[in-house]
Amino acid sequence: MTTNAAAASRVPRARFDRWPISPALFPALVLKELRDALGNKWVILYTVGFAALALGLASLARASAGMAGYAGFGRTAASLVNLVLLLTPLMALPVGAMSLVSERERGMLGYMLAQPVTRTEVFFAKFLGLALAMTAAIAVGFGVSAVALGDAADGALFLRFAALSVLLALSMLAVGMLISSIFRRTGSAVGVAVFAWLTFALLADIGVVGSALAFRMRIETLFYLTLANPLQAFKMSSLAGFGAGLDVLGPAGVWAMTEFGAALGAVLLSSLLAWTALPLAAAWLMFIRRPL
Amino acid sequence: MIAVRDLSKKFGRARVLNSVAFDVAPGDAVALWGPNGAGKSTALRCALGLLNYRGSITIDGLEVRRSGRSVRRLVGYVPQELSFYDDLRVRDAMRFFRRIRGDSPANAASLLEQVNLHEHRGKRIRNLSGGMKQRLALAIALLADPPVLLLDEPTSNLDAAGRADVLERLRRLHNNGKTILFTSHRSEEMEALADRILTMENGVIVGERRPRRAAHAHAHATTHHHADAGIGAAS
Repeated sequence: MTTNAAAASRVPRARFDRWPISPALFPALVLKELRDALGNKWVILYTVGFAALALGLASLARASAGMAGYAGFGRTAASLVNLVLLLTPLMALPVGAMSLVSERERGMLGYMLAQPVTRTEVFFAKFLGLALAMTAAIAVGFGVSAVALGDAADGALFLRFAALSVLLALSMLAVGMLISSIFRRTGSAVGVAVFAWLTFALLADIGVVGSALAFRMRIETLFYLTLANPLQAFKMSSLAGFGAGLDVLGPAGVWAMTEFGAALGAVLLSSLLAWTALPLAAAWLMFIRRPL
Repeated sequence: MIAVRDLSKKFGRARVLNSVAFDVAPGDAVALWGPNGAGKSTALRCALGLLNYRGSITIDGLEVRRSGRSVRRLVGYVPQELSFYDDLRVRDAMRFFRRIRGDSPANAASLLEQVNLHEHRGKRIRNLSGGMKQRLALAIALLADPPVLLLDEPTSNLDAAGRADVLERLRRLHNNGKTILFTSHRSEEMEALADRILTMENGVIVGERRPRRAAHAHAHATTHHHADAGIGAAS
């Protein structure tokens, strides 16, 4: 018969127990989250919907008379920007918003945290698992579109666009996870996430335009306000990447091109990176400090 | 093995635990008994490091707040109801927790056999009965052979046969030297398993007693000890 003292001495003091993220455990947690995310209905719906629409856009552009070749690619890319702007936040925000709160609500989070894992591990495994699943979904959409475009696609430009789309997805996922770490009910979190999508996609633009007219805003203020919206930062980055020129966005775009020149791409990218890092850090702090 | 000192916990303005203190010696089975809202489950959740608290809880000399992961490595936890990913199959759940707890595939398979779930390993958790879920939770808790088991109302969702089965398994584990701290409101459960019963009310321990079985064994051991001492003195 074993005694407790003997049993206690047999339990190994794992080498990474003091680390906030143990390299011995983290991959298993990420894999589980990735597997769960790939079975998530929102992710599946997005993957199928995005791939079908991207394929449709690419096929239409290729089939249109006079649109073959690079012109066809440009038209497809411009349409894809709008598609990504609309659909990607609509997937990432609710998925992020459900990620922590639904498991907390169902008691799964408590059971998970009763295991020899840390909250930091669970949080970042969830983010990474979801991020990988979204990257896969976006890759499917872009892949299907690239195949349909064939030779007309500019590979390097397409990859850059896909990478920007992934960054947009990550930023929206981070915002979603912040919402998830704040709210106690899944319904409330998803409701706020959908409202956030509406705000980013529509209300923010209306607000900026309205404010610009009402307060006779300076052009640089208008640009920075636009930049503060991650969807607009993505849109400007994409258009700049396609060589469309930001003059299509009006005086603020022209001002930005003149003011920042070659550094404009980095400025736009930093907005997306900040929209990923800051909400993620805030969500992590909330998650590790708040009681279950 | 488990030392709780001056444990207090508030949720907002409500004080759920108030200066609770007790010890659980290695190999002992201690029950926290009391009505709903007495603070039993909260005490267990504090011991797992799931809740912040005031006071101190140490398991095998490790403070829960400072060494949470190391402490949880020593502890197997069985919740009131296994609320884990329902879509997972039994074997996948075992594989996942085996990796987390650092156990071998052979031991995980053996534990599934011990709790009679081996033939159900292909089933999804959502398709298991309450008793099967509870047995799965027990198998997961026993991965890597932790010396301490924390059980939160381990038979509350089971029928009479399921209760008897789980209790028998727990009794065997106790006899094999596991230290067990569990919450319950069933007297037969405490009679069957506990060496000591701590009665809780409104977040305070208001009494301690031994169940009849343990009291009888204790009295028996004491009588023998006195008799032995007497013989020794006489000779």
